[in-house]
Amino acid sequence: MVDQLLANSDLIAHGMEWTTKEGFVYPNEFIYWSIQIVLYPYMTGLVAGAFVLSSLYHVFGQEDLKDMARFSLVFSLACLPVAMMPLLMHLQQPFRGMEVLFTPHFTSAISAFGIIFTTYSIIVLSEIWFVYRVYFVEQINALKGKKDLVSSFMRTLYIILALGAYDLSNEAVAIDKKAVKILAGIGIPVACFLHGYAGFIFGSVKANALWMSPLMPVIFIMSAVVSGIALCMLTYIIIMEWKKFTTTLAKGRGDESVQLIKGAEVDVIHKTSRYLIGFLIAAITLELLDQIFRGYTAMKSWDILRSVMYGKDFVNIFILQYLFGNLVPFIMLLIPKASIKRTSVALALILFGVFMMRWNVVIGGQAFSLSFDGFMHYSMPIIPHSMETFKEGLFGALLVGATPFILFWLLNKVIPSLHFTKK
Amino acid sequence: MSCSRRDFLKKGLVGGAVAASLPLSSFKFLTPAEAKSAVGDPAVRWGFLVDTYKCTGCGFCVKACKKENDVPYDLPITRTWVERYVITKDDETHVDSPNGDRDGFKDTKIDGKTIDPKDISKAFFVPKLCNQCDNPACVQVCPVGASYQTQDGVVLVDRKWCIGCGYCIMACPYGVRFFHPVYKVADKCTFCYHRISKGMKTACVDACPFGARQIGDLKNPDDPVTKAILTERVAVLKDEYGTKPQVFYIGLDENVR
Repeated sequence: MVDQLLANSDLIAHGMEWTTKEGFVYPNEFIYWSIQIVLYPYMTGLVAGAFVLSSLYHVFGQEDLKDMARFSLVFSLACLPVAMMPLLMHLQQPFRGMEVLFTPHFTSAISAFGIIFTTYSIIVLSEIWFVYRVYFVEQINALKGKKDLVSSFMRTLYIILALGAYDLSNEAVAIDKKAVKILAGIGIPVACFLHGYAGFIFGSVKANALWMSPLMPVIFIMSAVVSGIALCMLTYIIIMEWKKFTTTLAKGRGDESVQLIKGAEVDVIHKTSRYLIGFLIAAITLELLDQIFRGYTAMKSWDILRSVMYGKDFVNIFILQYLFGNLVPFIMLLIPKASIKRTSVALALILFGVFMMRWNVVIGGQAFSLSFDGFMHYSMPIIPHSMETFKEGLFGALLVGATPFILFWLLNKVIPSLHFTKK
Repeated sequence: MSCSRRDFLKKGLVGGAVAASLPLSSFKFLTPAEAKSAVGDPAVRWGFLVDTYKCTGCGFCVKACKKENDVPYDLPITRTWVERYVITKDDETHVDSPNGDRDGFKDTKIDGKTIDPKDISKAFFVPKLCNQCDNPACVQVCPVGASYQTQDGVVLVDRKWCIGCGYCIMACPYGVRFFHPVYKVADKCTFCYHRISKGMKTACVDACPFGARQIGDLKNPDDPVTKAILTERVAVLKDEYGTKPQVFYIGLDENVR
């Protein structure tokens, strides 16, 4: 049986299909970690960032973030299962993925995933429960007596979700609020851990000259918060624009409600972007520090690193990541009187910049051989012709990228996150 | 169903008693350290000696290894390989290892370049295989403990437990690991553990016509390999990573990657 399989001429070594070698590369070296591993820190980063954004309001009472807080909390939940998806899709034995939870080998950074991810999920879920408990009870009362199938289904769902806690007294609601505050407080360090350890997974690989850096976890956390905030803002803008558009269609351009939506939108976006700029500065500073330090200390690996950074990956690193992903949006956000359009473009560029940062770390870290004498080039499979090229190609990546939005849409049917406060 | 406080406490007490009577060990997972204690003889430490002066780059070792260990013959992945080094008088290092040297070095062109023999200052071959490190980075990073070190020092992969994340492949500074395309798990040189534990030599050692490869027990002072390591000038690959490799080389040149 094995002999037959071994003799199969269609057999392909993992990584062979998308790796091109140049110079002297060890025979077993390929781009083993491809697009899914680029997406993994990107998606966890979005989760962590969205949560930190919502916590800024709940814990530190940043009132200006109130409308954004509820939205980003639900969005963080929508991203949560997706943080795990790229890992599973990347595994050669996806059905054994559960072993990480059953037999964690604690000297490995990946083994912490189960514990941190579970803890974090519990915190997000319980925080959402406390935020929405009053809403659940209100819905149960409002849907009472309605006979249609959807209403009775929704009512049953809310009864289950309320977990028997129907108390709407002032004391009970006050306890809810306190619980949210505590959970959000615990959640910040846990969210930072969730992402910091993703940075640790890379930063602790001593065999990889590009990855190995104690700054890696901190860099990952900062860029995570940046990407999380940016995605929340962008999604928020898209949804509010859609709302504005439908209201305009129904009531006409000059209607009061249209102006109300517009005012709220500009206000929220303006306030949130201040936090975004702050975290962006921190992220860029750390990344530059890392680069300068490598160049200054010029260890043995610097020769090959330099030829990757300033040669092969120059466009990816300096043009796409630093220029278009960091500098341009930074200036766009700093120029006063940012319009929604300009902010949207800046946000999209920031999201792209963080993605390129993940790409340059994961793919860039494998762009040179362990021999320090050769290079590897990654060509992402576009049209899949096998499960492998689907999973580790464009369509696998798109699947992972689209899932949080589908989940967010579904979640909003149950826990609407877009009730903006009327002024 | 109604449940009074008394009932609840009663049932809880019974449940608690049952839970307490179960031995704690039934909830215990074997740590990789415990699992490994079942494998290998602690009185032995397998080590390897490569005499680079003797290697001619014939590639018999690579061929033998692939056949012995079910590594797909025509794929570029391999558990062992031989590198050819040509250092020219202008201090340029030229390296290649076509097909991991499975078929020997048939072309005098190195990496596509023709080098005039008059320009060569030195040239040699370097066989590579898993270093069976004393402090293996691959074992450290395995998230499920599927990569483990036996008591006699060999690093093995549990094919039934490996999840195929590739972290060990990334962590190895020597590039000896790869994904096995049939088993879909990490694969690497095992020092032919199935052979050495039965008193045989590894396939590559047996296949080498020049005695360039030797395997031995480093805990046995009378073993020829141990004697050679103790008395001759030997070196290991990339010791700066702190992995403590256990494959020793006689005549290792500073240009070897």
